[in-house]
Amino acid sequence: MARDVDRQVVVLDVNGERAELFVPVHKTLLEVLREDMQLTGTKHGCELGECGTCTVLVDGKPELSCLVLPVQIEGRAITTIEGMASGSELHPLQQAFVELGAAQCGYCSPGILLAAKSLLESNGAPTREEIREALAGNLCRCTGYSKILDAVELAAGRVLPTVSGEVARRAGGGPGVKDDDAHN
Amino acid sequence: MTMPTTESSNGFSVIGKPFPKPDAVSKVTGRAVYADDMLPARTLHCRILRSPHPHARILSVDTSAARRMPGVQAVITGADLPIKFGILPVTQDERALEHEKVRYVGDPIAAVAAIDEEIAAAACDAISVEYEVLEPVMSIDEALAETKDERIQDYGGPNNIHKLVALEFGDVDAGFERADHVREDVFFFQGNTHLPMEQHSAIATFVDGRVTLWSSTQVVHYVHRALAKVLELPMNRIRVIGAAHGGGFGGKTDPFAHEIIVCKLAMLTGRPVKCTLTREEVFYAHRGRHPVLMWVRTGVTKDGLITAMHFKTALDGGAYGSYGVASTFYTGALQTVTYDIPAYRFEGCRVFTNKPPCGPKRGHGTPQPRFALELHLEKIAHDIGIDSVDLKQRNFVKPMTRTVNWLRITSCGLDECTERVLTASGYRTRQKHSIGSILNAAPARRRGRGMGFAISSYMSGAGTAIYWNDMPHSEVQIKVDRGGVTAYCGAMDIGQGSDSVLAAIVAEELGLQPRDIRLVTADTDTTPIDLGSYSSRVTFMAGNAALEAARKMRDMLVEAVAAKTGIPADTVTVVAGRIGDLSFEEASILAEARFGTLTSAGSYTPPKIAGPYKGSGVGPSPAYSYSACVVDLDADPRTGIVKVNKVWIAHDVGRAINPLLVEGQVEGGIYMGLGEALMEEQAFRKGLHKWPSMLEYKSPTFMDMPEVETFIVETVDPEGPYGAKEAGQGPLLPVIPAVSSAVFDALGVWIDEVPVTPEKIVEALRRKEKGETPRFGPVRFPSIPYPTCIKVEPPSKELDRASAASI
Repeated sequence: MARDVDRQVVVLDVNGERAELFVPVHKTLLEVLREDMQLTGTKHGCELGECGTCTVLVDGKPELSCLVLPVQIEGRAITTIEGMASGSELHPLQQAFVELGAAQCGYCSPGILLAAKSLLESNGAPTREEIREALAGNLCRCTGYSKILDAVELAAGRVLPTVSGEVARRAGGGPGVKDDDAHN
Repeated sequence: MTMPTTESSNGFSVIGKPFPKPDAVSKVTGRAVYADDMLPARTLHCRILRSPHPHARILSVDTSAARRMPGVQAVITGADLPIKFGILPVTQDERALEHEKVRYVGDPIAAVAAIDEEIAAAACDAISVEYEVLEPVMSIDEALAETKDERIQDYGGPNNIHKLVALEFGDVDAGFERADHVREDVFFFQGNTHLPMEQHSAIATFVDGRVTLWSSTQVVHYVHRALAKVLELPMNRIRVIGAAHGGGFGGKTDPFAHEIIVCKLAMLTGRPVKCTLTREEVFYAHRGRHPVLMWVRTGVTKDGLITAMHFKTALDGGAYGSYGVASTFYTGALQTVTYDIPAYRFEGCRVFTNKPPCGPKRGHGTPQPRFALELHLEKIAHDIGIDSVDLKQRNFVKPMTRTVNWLRITSCGLDECTERVLTASGYRTRQKHSIGSILNAAPARRRGRGMGFAISSYMSGAGTAIYWNDMPHSEVQIKVDRGGVTAYCGAMDIGQGSDSVLAAIVAEELGLQPRDIRLVTADTDTTPIDLGSYSSRVTFMAGNAALEAARKMRDMLVEAVAAKTGIPADTVTVVAGRIGDLSFEEASILAEARFGTLTSAGSYTPPKIAGPYKGSGVGPSPAYSYSACVVDLDADPRTGIVKVNKVWIAHDVGRAINPLLVEGQVEGGIYMGLGEALMEEQAFRKGLHKWPSMLEYKSPTFMDMPEVETFIVETVDPEGPYGAKEAGQGPLLPVIPAVSSAVFDALGVWIDEVPVTPEKIVEALRRKEKGETPRFGPVRFPSIPYPTCIKVEPPSKELDRASAASI
């Protein structure tokens, strides 16, 4: 390298896999995930902590990866969108997003899905208002948020059968979509 | 491959059912590949040096220091890309890099390709540019006045006027004479921007003498054309591929400088070159909603029937043409497709200012006049003591008619849409409350609670292409091979679900399910032309092309099965994965044996429906969608803060091919309309954007979005695929005037300016208390040197179906 850039070895636990990286100390977690680990499912909307698009989970809690340096979170469990499904089995939130059309352009979806996952893990039966509050830091320009709210309620209801009949009816769409179906 | 399914009550197996989108799983698992997700080996990163001045001459550009920086592989300036381009043939006024003059803060001047983004940015900082700063022109009034230094562009005029339009249909003066009441109003609609979650991104390679570009564009074909022109390469040596798309809303419809620049840098370096705009750059790239000042004068009879309308607009266009000529016409074109206006005069003007260029945003040029028109009619109803909904309904256009400006209306669900939202919202009952009916036991309405009603219409694709040509607007090819079906189309899925529409139509016709259809879309090498995702054209145009191609393929499959089994072809059923008694795969093998390679093609060309006058190309569409909307809100009389409680909307989509996606488009349109109505502003101070970040540029969050009740109205258009029209743009339009009407209903003040902010409400209330006009908004419309109107004889109003296709 031509420039004097401080580099440091960091050991990250991402989606249950240990990764040892030698990266410039000023690189954000967002940049390291995308550029050094090829985990491009984490998106960027502003890189200033304003839009929520780059949300990942750190020890199960949402963090904006554009505002976190890898050295800050060594040894903690990082979950990105790539780690949300179990193999080819979608997480109930992902399944609900697919069925209800909660992802249009899909660019904000990874961040919103992870924020919603964190919510459901601490509150299995959130009210619609609680969902709004939990996701208020994530912007979406396509959906008007309506289908996202419906999808989070649907996913919550499948774990705890409190979902309203209306949301269940609107799920429609026939049999569940398995991961491989969309890539045949 | 296909699970048998029973046909639904509408007679279709797929159409009308809520299917997940073909790419839904890749999007929720983070595997959809957007342009910035691509990082081929040896990729260079590009940054662009942009003007810090709104208006300046470039005296010199010195890149020597940048070129010497380690890690810098190439530096280019305007001398490397001198050829001008632009989306419209009449306004080829942009350069990928300017070397003579900059016209807004953000105009590109030089570009660097380096081994990483930080070096590229540092190299941009090392480029020294000498400017002669010119007086900037920052408002419509300044643009109309004599220029202090020099004009922004060297065409148009006088002064900084870009385009003037003056059209008159029927005898407007006689219409006003016939009126019992005439009213004039002035309105202003502030500009706002698309704010897609994905920043524009493009990556190019140059291999074997061929350029390949992946871009987050809405229109691969127009980018292809611009690249061929500026790079001086034949189109067959350029390939443009639409990457997974992170949101457009019109903002990625122009060809952009960065798309051309990465191609040039890839050609120079022989390496992949990527450029992703920063969020701040996206605000300056813009091409969003024009700020428009509007003056409207309408005459009505004592019963509220419109006798004549005169509409004047002044658009603040920013520094370049972009789609501006079309935008100017659009501010006057679609008033007539909702209300029967027997005599109509339109005068439009677009000016250049030293701001980022404006262009098309969802509703392109029509939300501004729709806002003005709906509020203006509310006020007229108020003046003459007629219920505003009644007044509007009395003037609704009818199906199978032609408007005074020669627009052809086929299906029209205005009446049904209106009834649906009025009934569901209780709007009329509320009206009774407000006049204190003692018959109703409901509690008296509290001050600050209000409801507003508005309607709108939008095109299902522009009836004419952006550049003159006789080719189809959309083409689809289908290949069937050993039971596998692939559909090829140039249409670009920007998240709205155009791929889903293609899959649904091909599946329906071939008796399959959408997931059985493989799609290849938005790739200029492998897919036939489609003019892209703008003007709500894809469902109608690509849909009709897909329908034709699929029916041809079905005919071949049926013929092969009939020949083999001896059953008459017209009795062979195609449903649930079977062609007659054979499986789809067996049938496809028979057909391939009979016909050879199984391919079919379909195309769509809109009917020639433009009127016989210059400028008639903007406005015609093969079909118009219709919407009606009621907004319920609370407006705090102390703070002016508005809280929207609920929105009811009914949308005449013609036919919902996939109701799940139609609802998604409608809800997204309402959301975007609320953002424009209440908070979004693209405003400038000394040439700089006031709020070029997602925190400062306010847009609605999860907490701001109200509950929405959507009604899909199906009028089954005679020419749409299965009767479908559009859903992507129309539903935004009525939301904005309905918000302002609801504020009047709540507080008795008119906010004649978008966005309807708390400050404006408080100021209007203050004026009301002082006994002044209870209103906030512009008070004058400037004197504009419009030319003499081109007088156009209106067509006969009735439209019989036989002559519908060509008037």
